[in-house]
Amino acid sequence: MTTKQRFIFSAIVSAPMLIEMVTRPLLGIGLPGHAWTMFLLTTAVMAVAAWPFIRTAWAAFKNHSANMDTLIAIGTSTAYVYSIYAMLNHRPVFFEVAAFVITFILLGQVLEETMKGRANSAIEKLLGLQAKDAEVMRRGKLVRVPLSEVVVGDILRVKPGQKIAVDGVITEGSSTIDEAVVTGESMPVTKKAGDGVIGSTINKTGTFMFKATKVGSDTLLAQIVDMVKRAQVSRAPIQKTVDKISHIFVPVVLIVAVLTFVVWSVVFGADIVAALMYAVAVLIIACPCALGLATPTALMVGTGRGAKLGILIKSGEVLEAANDIQTVVFDKTGTITLGKPVVTDVVGDKKTVLELAAALEHSSEHPLAAAILEKAESLGIKAKAVTKFTAIEGKGVTALVAGKQAFIGNTKLLDTNLDTKLEKEMQRLQDEAKTVVIVGSDNKAVGLIAIQDAPKETSAAAIAALKKRGLRTVMITGDNERVARAIADHVGIDEVIAEVLPSDKADHVKSLQQHGKVAFVGDGINDAPALAAANLGIAMGSGTDIAIESGGIVLVKSNLQDVVTSLALSQKTFGRIKINLFWAFIYNVIGIPIAAGMFVWAGLTLSPELAGLAMAFSSVSVVISSLLLSRTRLTPRHIT
Amino acid sequence: MENSLVIIGAALLIGLIVWWFFGKRESSETEANMSGTDNQEVTVTVNGGYTPNTVVFKQGVPAQIVFDRKDPSGCFSHVVFPDFGINEELPVNEQYPIEIDTSKAGEYQYACGMNMFHGKVVIK
Repeated sequence: MTTKQRFIFSAIVSAPMLIEMVTRPLLGIGLPGHAWTMFLLTTAVMAVAAWPFIRTAWAAFKNHSANMDTLIAIGTSTAYVYSIYAMLNHRPVFFEVAAFVITFILLGQVLEETMKGRANSAIEKLLGLQAKDAEVMRRGKLVRVPLSEVVVGDILRVKPGQKIAVDGVITEGSSTIDEAVVTGESMPVTKKAGDGVIGSTINKTGTFMFKATKVGSDTLLAQIVDMVKRAQVSRAPIQKTVDKISHIFVPVVLIVAVLTFVVWSVVFGADIVAALMYAVAVLIIACPCALGLATPTALMVGTGRGAKLGILIKSGEVLEAANDIQTVVFDKTGTITLGKPVVTDVVGDKKTVLELAAALEHSSEHPLAAAILEKAESLGIKAKAVTKFTAIEGKGVTALVAGKQAFIGNTKLLDTNLDTKLEKEMQRLQDEAKTVVIVGSDNKAVGLIAIQDAPKETSAAAIAALKKRGLRTVMITGDNERVARAIADHVGIDEVIAEVLPSDKADHVKSLQQHGKVAFVGDGINDAPALAAANLGIAMGSGTDIAIESGGIVLVKSNLQDVVTSLALSQKTFGRIKINLFWAFIYNVIGIPIAAGMFVWAGLTLSPELAGLAMAFSSVSVVISSLLLSRTRLTPRHIT
Repeated sequence: MENSLVIIGAALLIGLIVWWFFGKRESSETEANMSGTDNQEVTVTVNGGYTPNTVVFKQGVPAQIVFDRKDPSGCFSHVVFPDFGINEELPVNEQYPIEIDTSKAGEYQYACGMNMFHGKVVIK
């Protein structure tokens, strides 16, 4: 029998007793065969609707443990068994108490199940988004196969309006793709050959072919779902305290109920029925469930909402860490800036400088190299072959070009000073937030190349929003001080730590931690150690594996505004957990003394039936409180 | 007379509660059976708790716990392993296997959906 069926049965069978409660005092109409009818009706409720509570309570008792079923079973059985004794001795009975309590508690459980289902639906929906089948090239022909038969390396075709089956890279054609399901970005993105596509996103306009690179549980969507699932079952550290309490909760309540009975019957000389009613009310109102539900339901709703926005929160621990962050440290390249540098100026003879630079950078993996090669290529300059190539970390590269020792890099690479003309040019360019590299041969500079990595459009607004939340903002970069400062001023960052080697980023994060908790925002490519060292690592990176690995919070989009949103969401969710726990505690702390009759002098009492109703709704209210998280405002209201 | 009876009865009852629920007890522990060389399995009965309460697996061998849920209580409708990201619904009166990742040694707690009943997995 499901909880719902048990509730319906219990409600129908209890109904005549409820009617009698009204008609008897008002109209003097009672149930025919008063006590005996009530006995039969309540016996039916106990045997059918309450039986699972009693069964579990007994099984748990044998294991030396107890839960809310124990409280319900003992409370209602006490009322029931005593009433049988009273009936046989022709005393007043109170069978209806047991029947009503069971009905109310079942009502609460039915509501709770429905609500919990709703809290969990976000993640279920994500899974339902996968395509069912795909058009795959097999032996030179396109055939439709079920999703499970697509393997890595397959070439797939996607028509407009269709879902992309798995992750891959476009080989032919182009289109605009709606990636909202995974990234939360509502604007469709244009993609062409060579661009990556994400499984379960929707192809809008063109037909294209792509090669599958990830299938099954390796796809981005599958990883996101897995991550959200893990986050939802994770335990926030705050839960540990709660666990300790809920461990001893039920036995302690049992003891309190016994004491209540003793105090009323012995100290105050109340008759046995009144004393028993107080004890039963204590058993019924005590509600360990609300405590147990406080954290998981809030986590479920909070992380589910994040997933929809392209913000993946990895665990409850992360939520708690995000709560008291004081400093946000940003990596510059790819985080504040677009991460796609372009050459803006060349000082000196254009051809000579670029020729040397292209030759040197040809085998380099530095992000600036790509910009230089691109520029050289656009001017028709071909890279010459080099020998004895060496990259010097944090300085630059050197190699033999046409028999001469050539170099490209920053001032640290140069033994002597630059001549005044180049020095001035360099400062001018650096003040424009451009990175300047020196190109030369035989230890003599022949020219400069200025490269700029423009800030993202959203950066300035995001930094302003973070400052408004009272956070200190810091930018950390391997770039030169002047360039870094210029970018920082442009986007409004407070502090700059420049000329940092990638391997030293984590140490700087650690020293910042001495002044308060630090969040580090990076793309995970060369700052994984810093992400790990920070109290909270926020990885942004259009869903790269490294980002997913190393961040506590992963932003699927590369939009800095999401840093603000994710902090707000974490704080709201953690705040909700605290509110839930507070209510769950307060409810018991206030409810138990009232049920025990401690406020009788003030005219405040609680019958077992009302206690049952209150207990049922305490769990429901916690779940509702968590569900409200999906509606709270994450951006501050604009002041007009 | 009646009062002293009530007090004695209550004192006994409280003593019984404390002894039964808070007394130190050995928890039941079972090592998994190897079926062949590449799989280990153990059955856990879900009835007012998890029996055996602690299961022991060998590290590195694929493992599963078969949950046999006899208890219809809503409390046991889910089993949650926070460390493994598992949150599964257990059908009543069915043998429901759950795969356990044994790649890392250690002790892992698991619990029912409301975190009231606990069990433990030891991987060594």
